Amino acid sequence: MNFDHSEEQQQLADSLRKYLATNYSFEQRKAILTSASGSSDAAWAAFAEMGLTAITLSEADGGFGGGALDLMAVMEAFGEALVVEPLLENVGLAGRLLARTGSAAQKAAWLPGLIDGSVKLAFAGLEPGRRYDLAPAGTTATPEGSGWVLDGAKCMVVGAASATRLVVSAAAPQGSSLFLVDPHAAGVTLNPSRTVDGLRVADVRLANLLVGADALLGTAGSAGPAIEEAHDFACALLCADTIGAMQSACDATLDYIKQRKQFGVPIGSFQVLQHRMVEMLICTEQARSLAILAASKVDSAATAAERSRAVSAAMVKVADSARQVSQESVQLHGGMGMTEELKVSHTFRRLTTAALRFGDADHHLERYAALG
Amino acid sequence: MDLSYSADEQAFRNEVRGWLDANLPDDIRAKVTGYHGLSKDDFLRWHKILAAKGWSVPHWPVEWGGTGWDITQRYIYDEEFGLAGAPGLPSFGPAMCASVLLKFGSPEQKARFLPRIREGDDFWVQGYSEPGSGSDLASLKCRADRGTGANSDKYVINGQKIWTTLGHYGDWIFCLVRTDSTAEKRQDGISFILVDMNTPGITVRPLILMDGGHEVNEVFFDNVAVPVENLVHDEGKGWTVAKYLLGHERMGSGNVGGSKRELAALKELAGRELKNGKPLIEDVRFRDKLSRVEIELDALEITSMRFLDKMRRTGQPPGADVSMLKIRGTEVQQMITELMMQAAGPMAQPFKAVSHGNVSGSIDHFTSRLAPRYFNYRKASIYAGSNEIQRNIIAKMSLGL
Repeated sequence: MNFDHSEEQQQLADSLRKYLATNYSFEQRKAILTSASGSSDAAWAAFAEMGLTAITLSEADGGFGGGALDLMAVMEAFGEALVVEPLLENVGLAGRLLARTGSAAQKAAWLPGLIDGSVKLAFAGLEPGRRYDLAPAGTTATPEGSGWVLDGAKCMVVGAASATRLVVSAAAPQGSSLFLVDPHAAGVTLNPSRTVDGLRVADVRLANLLVGADALLGTAGSAGPAIEEAHDFACALLCADTIGAMQSACDATLDYIKQRKQFGVPIGSFQVLQHRMVEMLICTEQARSLAILAASKVDSAATAAERSRAVSAAMVKVADSARQVSQESVQLHGGMGMTEELKVSHTFRRLTTAALRFGDADHHLERYAALG
Repeated sequence: MDLSYSADEQAFRNEVRGWLDANLPDDIRAKVTGYHGLSKDDFLRWHKILAAKGWSVPHWPVEWGGTGWDITQRYIYDEEFGLAGAPGLPSFGPAMCASVLLKFGSPEQKARFLPRIREGDDFWVQGYSEPGSGSDLASLKCRADRGTGANSDKYVINGQKIWTTLGHYGDWIFCLVRTDSTAEKRQDGISFILVDMNTPGITVRPLILMDGGHEVNEVFFDNVAVPVENLVHDEGKGWTVAKYLLGHERMGSGNVGGSKRELAALKELAGRELKNGKPLIEDVRFRDKLSRVEIELDALEITSMRFLDKMRRTGQPPGADVSMLKIRGTEVQQMITELMMQAAGPMAQPFKAVSHGNVSGSIDHFTSRLAPRYFNYRKASIYAGSNEIQRNIIAKMSLGL
């Protein structure tokens, strides 16, 4: 039993925090969000330089062979600083799917770029009107000659516009399949927008898009388990990110109630606020425990069911806790917590989307019970 | 990070589990899992069995009969007790009184009391709370005055204690009493003293709780003469002793093992009960509540292990971490008792007191204990420092508020 980060994990998180403190302050982040791409190339290059894009790739793929636990402290730092660059989507979803299902040639074509930061990937998994269903249905892949024709719609694809390639899930006659798609190809239409917490996303429409046989990742019809695995992995990273954001909301709120004076005393001297602050802390610690368990199971569970159940437990607890912590952090800040001027309102948005992205508490409760 | 127990720890767990399986008397296990109160004889019989194995006081120094286990082993030991349906020994003697004696007791007091506590010769109870002194314990009024004449080598105790758990079983009671009502700081007028409950002038009166059970008592002291050598630490140092005890709460206060067993019983019951022809456990409304409790308990287990790991490596006492485990642990216990009652539905209505009589006829033995059990467990968020007091402790110690 040892719940400490390893020396390497801690050093990496420390140097990342140092970088973020200098280059990703609240004001600097605002500038990134309002820039044309909504994402900082400099930050992305720095993340790649630190090895964040390579940690969870296998050594054979040029990575360090790490797991979700190795990225936990990194993701917590991302959550604290509200980083919007799509590391999670690249290493947790699209990059992981490519690395785990792609051929040697496909990996050779894209993974070195992913590692050095010159290539960005995005996963087009969700479909309009189908909530969190990971099995593609509204996007089809039809064999055409030696290649495929893709048709359909994907939604909420994070980082689609800046991606070099999309990893698109589609229903082939054989079943769920994954394809590498150039987002700028004719036949691909992006409808970009921004999420409430500042991520750049796009709906993706594929109209009679002809791709070659070399676009298929793995064998047709066999993508289901890989998608589930990558999604669980991404959920574990999201949990860690959310823990970081929750901790930051707790810290900011604690500072605030110690400083803010009313009736001649700090409002933190009032027991009713103290007890609410304590509940925020307990919620965060309980969620942190299950986030650790989820990351550990993602890395080493004996079965997919064991892995998915731990992930869904964490997602339920993190969603419930994020809701309570975010709502209380704004309440305890009073009117100031409502304004865009304080970081806590931005953290509130991040904590709100935490339960919207990869399945809300109800979704994961159902999954948890079904796997029990 | 490594969330697993070491091979040695796992082997230790198996040893405890195997021993409990072979040595926990069936009738005692049945009383625990069937929610019947234990008699004094049950407790002392179980204590003797543990003492014979050398496991009655694991946390004591080895020279006094402790096992020398580290805190992880002690945690595992507690958890296995909970899982097995083995009653933990009441903490008043082995955990509380003994910790005080080991730290503050005179050599004579240690020699006189510790072996008997270890062997389970006496049943110890606690005299802290008073009718007017609950969370604000330092306001206590029960007096111990130096006697005169024939009682010049004695304290004479007058006053009342309340919520004395299992006081009707008590052979000995340790009390906080006021030895100086003029002390400038009220804490400085309090002393810690050991009282033989056979001393004339002591009356124990039951307080029957809403579950119908006799578990707690009022204890009245009317000119009770206690030898001065029963004073532990110096006169006026009782508050120091009480605070020392607070720092000795166990990491097992989340009751993870017991709650795991209760949760399994809940699932079994919800699997038997039918709703619209299908097991209740498949009912989405019920199942979601059950899943949330299970998830909270999963989290509590990891949180307990994290604190354990931190404590082991820093060597620091657990401090306010224990308060967090107590709050969530008791909440989980209470949620499970409530869901158990709900799972039984109409069959949870028959009333049978926990410690009286036999249940007979068509009334199911088990389900008729679920509502009383739910009633009884409202105590969990009140006792051992109410959950509100625990939040005060966290606010002060962890958050600096």
